Amino acid sequence: MAPPNNRRPGHSRRAQYGTFLGYVIAAVGVLVGGGLLLASTSNPAAFGSLRGAASDVTAPVAQVSARARTGTNTVLETLAGFFTFGNRVARLEREVALARVKLAEAQALQGENQRLKALLALGETQPRPIAFARLIGSTASSSRRFALLGAGSAQGVQIGMPVRSPLGLVGRVLEVGRVASRVLLITDSESMVPVRRASDGLEAYATGRSDGTLQLRLINSTSNALKPGDAFVTSGQGGLFRPGIAVAVVATPIRDGAIARPLSDPGASDFVSVEPLWDEAAKGPDLPPEPGTQSTGKP
Amino acid sequence: MAQTLADSLHATVRPRINRAPSPVLAVCTPWLLVMFGSLTPLLPLIASAPVLPPFGFLVLVAWQQLRPGLFPVWAGVPLGLFDDLFSGQPFGSAVLLWSIMMIALDLIEARFPWRGFASNWLLAGTAIVAYLLAALGIAHHGAAAPTLLLPQLLIAVLCYPLTARLVGKVDRLRLVRVRSV
Repeated sequence: MAPPNNRRPGHSRRAQYGTFLGYVIAAVGVLVGGGLLLASTSNPAAFGSLRGAASDVTAPVAQVSARARTGTNTVLETLAGFFTFGNRVARLEREVALARVKLAEAQALQGENQRLKALLALGETQPRPIAFARLIGSTASSSRRFALLGAGSAQGVQIGMPVRSPLGLVGRVLEVGRVASRVLLITDSESMVPVRRASDGLEAYATGRSDGTLQLRLINSTSNALKPGDAFVTSGQGGLFRPGIAVAVVATPIRDGAIARPLSDPGASDFVSVEPLWDEAAKGPDLPPEPGTQSTGKP
Repeated sequence: MAQTLADSLHATVRPRINRAPSPVLAVCTPWLLVMFGSLTPLLPLIASAPVLPPFGFLVLVAWQQLRPGLFPVWAGVPLGLFDDLFSGQPFGSAVLLWSIMMIALDLIEARFPWRGFASNWLLAGTAIVAYLLAALGIAHHGAAAPTLLLPQLLIAVLCYPLTARLVGKVDRLRLVRVRSV
């Protein structure tokens, strides 16, 4: 049945004007929306404080549900574990045997590293994290990749600080509220991280593809020397991320680089740590920071 | 479930005679449900790709189809502003797209008042696909491949009838006669 058309106001002038005004406001709304959009694309930080306030208000609720996520993960993993027990034991035994060899090699390297560092009179460069917090939400229905972090300026978090999990780089802080902040994940298409191959220092840029993978672009692409399994770490160029944080592993080489899988899955990591701003200028005065190579674009 | 709840409320609260729905409940519930849908990013899911449907948009379309004229035509402006606070899209994207959607649905509703499940789903599905593609274009300045959205488009279109059911149940709860006249 056709529903009654209840927006014909009849002969009442007042009702007619009311309906007309509704359409006028809606049309103005379209224009206002377009204006806001222009303002926010030309200056992405323009509405950051509004968003920060909104995240602050909703963060306590999200914290509770994030805690629930951790619990669910464990239950599911426990159940799944029963079915894959035998396989995993065999695989782990193989891995332990390999890891023993690797460990011995690593100890040798560490000793050598310390000797060389002593020669160069360099200090230990591992900074203390500013804060540990949960990722309490993400923009799962938008094509941009942001996450909400359960720590803000009250915990000392500042804009631009790198966020990492034990497994590798997660992203960097983009907007800060009082108790929550917004993190630009490395898989976002506006994120660009300068990286180098862990084995030989071959330099590249890692850009997000918004679908959970990264695109590696070689800086000097003379010939594509990337192979599946190559690990990439941050190179420290641009001065945002300190060198040596694990970022991604090559999955499929393409013409001028590779598609890579990020090493840290932000969905699987329970807590992430916020690291202090890493300033290249503070480490070596003779190495000026390069203003041209900002390592991350604003959204 | 909600229907039986509404029925039991009808039965237990008191007889229907001399009772009227609460105006506060009747007016606020639709707005609150759309805003609740906009809070999807607070779900404890750290997605590495766009997967979840834009629930705020789905709920708004469902209300608009269930009760045309319940929301004023300009409802896309405040609701879109709220959605923009959380969605991760550039600020103003939902204000613009939701306003356009409200006007378009209003015109279509006036032009084709005859509706059924399939035609509603077709119209809503078209609206959802158009909205998600436009949002993708806005977020990436038109530089992203639409294939990125395929899973989300599928999930969102399949989610729509469920959302419409939910809105229908909430509509019954909204009009429970609780106030004595």
